[in-house]
Formats: sequence, C-alpha cells, structure tokens
Amino acid sequence: MFVIKTFSPEETRRIGELTGRLLTPGDVIGLIGYLGAGKTVFTQGIAKGMNIKGNITSPTFTLIHEHMGRIPLYHVDVYRLTTPADIETIGIEDYLYGDGVVVLEWADQVLSILPDERLDITIRHPDGEDDNVREIIIKPYGQKYEHMIKELSSIACRGD
Amino acid sequence: MIIIGIETSCDETAVAVLEGTGDLSPSGLNLRSNIIASQVKLHRQFGGVVPEVASRKHVETIIPVIEKALDKAGVTLPDITAVSATYGPGLVGAVLVGLSAAKALAVALNIPFIGVNHIEAHMYANFLEHPHLRPPFVCLVVSGGHSDLIYLRDYGDYEVLGRTRDDAAGEAFDKVARALGLDYPGGPAIDEVSKGGNPSAVRFPRAFLEAGSYDFSFSGLKTSVVNYLAKAQSGGEEISVPDIAASFQEAVVDVLVDKTLKAASKKHTPIVALAGGVAANSRLRQELYLRAQERGVDVKYPSPILCTDNAAMVTCVGYFQLLLKGSSPLDLPASPSLSLE
Repeated sequence: MFVIKTFSPEETRRIGELTGRLLTPGDVIGLIGYLGAGKTVFTQGIAKGMNIKGNITSPTFTLIHEHMGRIPLYHVDVYRLTTPADIETIGIEDYLYGDGVVVLEWADQVLSILPDERLDITIRHPDGEDDNVREIIIKPYGQKYEHMIKELSSIACRGD
Repeated sequence: MIIIGIETSCDETAVAVLEGTGDLSPSGLNLRSNIIASQVKLHRQFGGVVPEVASRKHVETIIPVIEKALDKAGVTLPDITAVSATYGPGLVGAVLVGLSAAKALAVALNIPFIGVNHIEAHMYANFLEHPHLRPPFVCLVVSGGHSDLIYLRDYGDYEVLGRTRDDAAGEAFDKVARALGLDYPGGPAIDEVSKGGNPSAVRFPRAFLEAGSYDFSFSGLKTSVVNYLAKAQSGGEEISVPDIAASFQEAVVDVLVDKTLKAASKKHTPIVALAGGVAANSRLRQELYLRAQERGVDVKYPSPILCTDNAAMVTCVGYFQLLLKGSSPLDLPASPSLSLE
C-alpha cells in the first residue's frame, strides 16, 4: 500500500498523471471516495498521463465515457448503480477484460464484479485538515500492480 | 406536413405529433399532441436513472404512447409525412428503443426517417412556443447530462461556445440534493426548498475559469457544499437546508447567467434562450431575465413541460431537418455521446 497526501486539486491531478503514465492495456483502477473527493480530478490526471486530449467530464449521466488515445481509456461511473446486477447490464465485462484501461468511479459499490487483480485508489479528505487536502491511498491487488506502485512511489518521491 | 417524433434518451417515453406548413419558419407550426410517460417515480427509489430499468420500461410503454399521441392529435398512421426520433446523446439502451420504433414506422409506412440530436431538440423547444423567434441567438442548454452554451447561427448551423469541463449543472443539483437529504430529481427539490432560504447565507465559490472562457465547471462547487456540510456536522452545528440549497443554487445561477450574457454580447445578438431541464429552474429564469433586461437583451424560454425531456422538441427538429437536409439513413446507429459539431 502507498499513501500520499496532496494539498490542492492540481496536486491530486498530478498524482493521477504519474499513475496514468504507467498504465498498459487491460489495467483496471477502482476509484473510491465520497462526493467531491476528487475522483474525476484524479481521472483527468490519468488521462493526461495517457496522452488523451479533450475534456474528461463526469460520466455519471451516461455511465461510460470512451476516450481514444495511445491506449483507450474507459471512464466508468457507477454512482447511480448500486448493485452488481445493475452494472452487469451495462456490459461492463467487455470493458474490464478488453484492450483499454478502465477507471471505475464508486468502485466500492460493485467490488464483487471487479477483477481480482487491480489497483484500488481511495481519495479522502482527512478530518480537521484544510478543505483542499486529500489523502490518496493506493492499494495494489496482484503482482503487476505491486510493481506499478513501487515505480509510482519512487517517481512521486523524486518529484519529476 | 405531419411529423411524428419519438424521444427515449433517458427516463421519459415521449411521442408527439406536429403539423407544419412546409415553410422554413416556426410561424405555421401547430403542435397537435405531446404525450410524456414519465419514469421518475420508478427511478426515485434508486436516486437516479437505472439504465436497464429505463430501457425495459421504454419497451413496455412505447406502443401505447405512440397510439395515444396519434389519437390525441386526431390523426392515423397513413396521415404521417415523416417520423423523427432522438438518436443521441443519451443512454444507449434507452435511445435504441425509440430509434428502432421510429425506423420500423418509417419502413412500414414508407415515409422518411429523421434522426435527431437531443441537444438540438432542447433548443428547438423554443420555436414551438415563440413562433416569431428567429436565428441567430445564443442558447444555454442545461440539464442532468448537459451544460452547453451554443450559438445558433441558423437552423442546423451551430457553434458550441462552451460546455462543462466536469459535472453538468443538473448533475450538480442532483448530487447536492442527495447530500442535503432531498428528493430525486434534485433540480425541482432544490428550487422549491430554496424559496424559503437565504441565497447569501453561504458564499460558495463560482468557477468562472480563465478570462474569455465560456466553459463551465461545477465539480468544485459541489465539493465545497459537501465540505461545508461535513464541517458543520463534525462541529455539531445545526444547518439550514433551505439556506444551503439557496446559496448553492445562487452560485450555479450566477455563473450560468454571467456566461450566457457575455456570449450574447460577444456574438452581438440581442436574444438569448434557455433550454433543458434546468431551464425550468425559477431562480435561473428570474435572474437571467433581470440581468438581460439591464443590457437590453431579450430572453426566451419554453414552458416547463417543454424544458424537460419531451418529443415535441424532436418533431420540431425533424420538421426543419427534413426541409433542409432531407431524411437520415435507416442504418443510423444510436450515438450515446453525440455532440453538436
């Protein structure tokens, strides 16, 4: 597990960007955090790191936004879907086991349908801290993702 | 000419019948029927639209709603000149139901089929109620899924001046309503409760973004409301839901009105129009009207029934599009993230 503290949305976006640079086809990221935690901001960073152009807006309404880049980014938001049965009906498996990167917001609502190997990223506002402070907890499941966070922690600490 | 229109992009199954003279002008349009079967009650238990539930409901409802719209209009299928339907943007499974029904009608009756953009349709709701309205004008389309500032240069000719960079305005209303413990849909709930609140109680941030930008951002505002609530809760402070709702609404309205009027001035147009579900918000209408009047700008908006999703607006685009560009191909696919340009 790797925990990092950020002090502004820009810094949160930056951690997303560093993460985005390390992603390869088939990767799955589950984002967890309350309304306003910064899930979409983090995803905007991931997209930047993946060299994806264009706005990354909230997919709450249409559930899935597909962004084409070096690798496709499938930005999924299950805010309005509370059971795994609901989310299966949108054909999520095709994305989860496809050729792109899947970033899934509100992943904690549908844990049972997620692949066993993935990166879970929880973003929270620590009690008592300034409004813009966030704690980002990155948890790998599987060897591939353990390597990934080792690399991420070394880059993030170098600060480049 | 008699055009039937079908709209199933989200949670309303809607069919309408429009009669027109065949002139390229809204003056002779006569809306013969406008039937909307709402699924709001069905989705309220989930706090939002569940796509698969919506699609299934559309399948059950579409034929009876078509029959009712024809009946109310006093026409029968052989009277129909053309059939139009929304093909995007929207929930793909939901869009497909109306789109397939429209194509089936077109084939069975051997009449033209016209695929309609849902955002364009929202703007055209204004022509149905303002027969003297003519392009060019600036239109703000705000709903649960969209926040677009559009310059309508002419029928079928648009320039997107700005759009949201994160959350749609209506989405922010829904999410803040949920955080405040209010009902779904959040827009009407916040509008109502705000009437008893003080809009200056809390100064929430307004995201105007960089100078000259017509884009919107409502995610930071949402975060700010959530932070405010969390702080009040942990400090044991009592909160006033009407005050917070009114203050949040004020921040949204402030930015929407400011950018819409700036866009009108940039485009040198004396007319601005509102469209989409959030256009039914009473505070937005009032504030836009007041601030536009100071600048000598005329404001148009549809009545609430034509702001939220409906098929009358689809028939209206269908009418103009058929005259200007002719019919659409029958293999036109549903396009969930269709844009205007």
